[in-house]
Amino acid sequence: MGLRRKDILTLEDMDVEEMTTVLDTAESLKEILSRDIKKVPTLRGKSVLTLFYEASTRTRTSFELAGKYMSADTVNIATTTSAVVKGETLKDTAWNVEAMGIDCIVMRHPVAGAPHFLARLCQASVINAGDGMHEHPTQGLLDMFSIRERKGRLVGLKVAIIGDILHSRVARSDIWGLGKMGAEVWVAGPPTLVPPEVERMGPAFGGRLRATHRVDEAIEGADVVMVLRLQLERQKKGLFPSIREYSRVFGVNRARLALAKDDFILMHPGPMNRGVEIASDVADADYSVILEQVTNGVAVRMAILYLLLGGSESPVQAVAGPSGGGPTGARGPGGGGDQR
Amino acid sequence: MKLIIRGGLVVDPVGGKAEISDVVVEDGRVMAVGRAAGGDKAPGPGAPGGARGSARDDRTTVVVDASGKVVLPGLIDSHVHLREPGQEHKEDIASGSAAAALGGFTTVAAMPNTDPVIDSRTGVEFILKRAGEVGLVNVLPVGAVTKAQKGQELAELGEMAAAGAVAFSDDGHPVSSAEIMRCALEYAKTFERPVLDHCEDLDLVNEGVMNQGYWATVLGLRGIPAAAEEVMVARDIILAAMTGGRLHLTHLSTAGSMELLRRAKDRGLNVTADVTPHHLSLTDEAVRTLDYDTSTKVNPPLRSESDRGALLAAVRDGTVDIVATDHAPHHFDDKDVEYNYAAFGMVGLETAVGLIVTNLVGPGYLDWVGMARLMSLNPARLLGLETKGLLRVDADADVTIVDPKAEWTVDPDRFASKGRNTPFAGMRLRGRVTETVVGGRLVVSGGKLI
Repeated sequence: MGLRRKDILTLEDMDVEEMTTVLDTAESLKEILSRDIKKVPTLRGKSVLTLFYEASTRTRTSFELAGKYMSADTVNIATTTSAVVKGETLKDTAWNVEAMGIDCIVMRHPVAGAPHFLARLCQASVINAGDGMHEHPTQGLLDMFSIRERKGRLVGLKVAIIGDILHSRVARSDIWGLGKMGAEVWVAGPPTLVPPEVERMGPAFGGRLRATHRVDEAIEGADVVMVLRLQLERQKKGLFPSIREYSRVFGVNRARLALAKDDFILMHPGPMNRGVEIASDVADADYSVILEQVTNGVAVRMAILYLLLGGSESPVQAVAGPSGGGPTGARGPGGGGDQR
Repeated sequence: MKLIIRGGLVVDPVGGKAEISDVVVEDGRVMAVGRAAGGDKAPGPGAPGGARGSARDDRTTVVVDASGKVVLPGLIDSHVHLREPGQEHKEDIASGSAAAALGGFTTVAAMPNTDPVIDSRTGVEFILKRAGEVGLVNVLPVGAVTKAQKGQELAELGEMAAAGAVAFSDDGHPVSSAEIMRCALEYAKTFERPVLDHCEDLDLVNEGVMNQGYWATVLGLRGIPAAAEEVMVARDIILAAMTGGRLHLTHLSTAGSMELLRRAKDRGLNVTADVTPHHLSLTDEAVRTLDYDTSTKVNPPLRSESDRGALLAAVRDGTVDIVATDHAPHHFDDKDVEYNYAAFGMVGLETAVGLIVTNLVGPGYLDWVGMARLMSLNPARLLGLETKGLLRVDADADVTIVDPKAEWTVDPDRFASKGRNTPFAGMRLRGRVTETVVGGRLVVSGGKLI
């Protein structure tokens, strides 16, 4: 299979077939995470660099482990400890690591479009791990995976995305991904954080997107409630008056969630501000799938690395190996699914 | 030297006519305009595509065969950045003059946001001296409104006017203080020079890098709202009404600005404005189409399709007075970075005529007379150049000849400008400058510098 593309930059430019391929592949790879020995040889000999210009816990670790579980060599650059602090440009950084033979660069960057710039500069595959306020496509895919796993489908589900839509790359990737897969997406938050133009994304993906400033309206009858992180420094810019008021008017709590469907699930991309955008008790309740999202993130990123770097054979065969899988098959000489 | 421009469609923006005529210039002046004005009938086969001294004429007479071409009064760009002094790696007066000449501009007004800022008599004299040494086109200095363009104290406008500054502007920056703007408009009246304002409310810009709208929302880039321009346009118009000062609003980009301008003119205020070829040609969707290419980053930003439509309508109905390029050359390294970190600005001198002919004259928003008004007569009037902007006897012998049918592809590597920062690279355009005459001297012939 594989994806017929060099890079994964956005979900806006990914079609339903490609997204479904990623989700299906992740489904078969997720099993590896529950093994005693979490290692398959699929990406042996491939090198993956994580290049993070912003802080990250989940995404960077998730990519690194995804690579390691698939036997890729992973290296990490955190820009605070690299030559970036000496003023090296992104172009020079990219060309230098590529000169060392990197096959794939996973980049997080504060500027929207930086991964597009990087992808034009180098031969290596580029995976966008979050660019400014633009997109975070692997988060979008893991959110879709988590919903599909719980609900069995995406078509026709009402998904309410609550919070700072304006600055959220997660929101944009979720809107494109879920919208194209046929979900009914609602976004809700204060008018200063929900750009009016966002509704025009609906016709662009061939569906409908509803924006509202009333959180209750979005949550009512929802199958999925997705809460976004509120960056607390936005308050200083005048976008809302206080944390306390935000929490009261726009925060997601038990009373609000009573409006959702009985079997709704609650999601959050992390890191959470407990007691601000999400009440602590609901974050830990049994309808919360927040930690499943994290687990699924590894599976989805394994799928993406495999599909970009791993070549053309079936992922199941790659996982299980010709001898039927298991730790021996995975680690033994010649047991690599990366042979053609 | 005598120059005969024979058989072209000669455009008279004052009389509102365009007729096949000859133009004869000598000693830097237009001597005659009319049918066979040179007294030398029968153009004969002539010299297609260029100028040659005819063997039959005396040695100092040059004949240009302009048949099939449009002969315009020399184009005037009231808004360019030539970067000298201080940023000669981006552009200098020599390279900028060459770009102007190739683009058909015989006169350019150079903005003062150089390093140091042109905010004194000495600075104005420096620009004029360098322009004279280069000697290719007329380079006229615009002086700063405030000292070092800091927006705090008026610069010595009178000293600069006496030295030859044609206008005042803090371009690159707005005059943020309404009180300073009021003082500038009042004080500049003494010297009959306009104040050119770059309208931008920096609070509303709020670190924006492209137009606020659908595409900024999709692309996740911080948006600059139309209101950031419009609140300053409104403020400036109110101050112009209050002071009676001569206000010119430069590089307006939004539908709302067009509406404010139209109302100001209806009230009879002495307010004029220009728009750029790029705002007339492109929209913010280009940031998407060109995949975050930093050549699309410009201030004010490329706006929405409805803004572009309003600009075109305002050009057609005469609300807009001038097309100016805001030629803003940058070094490759200033643009070869992430979008937010890239410099704002596009080069414009060498694409302006092609863009205007292709996007305005072709579809009928402008005829040749309209183009001559917007790109020659009106900027001449703005800058107080009484003998420029028209092709009549005794006018300055500045002439631009355009082949309206010539098709060409924009190739930044062939620009004379040091700046290659254009979003139009690779675009097919119709309409090309073939000859440029400055002060009676042919400086561009056959589309090449002489």
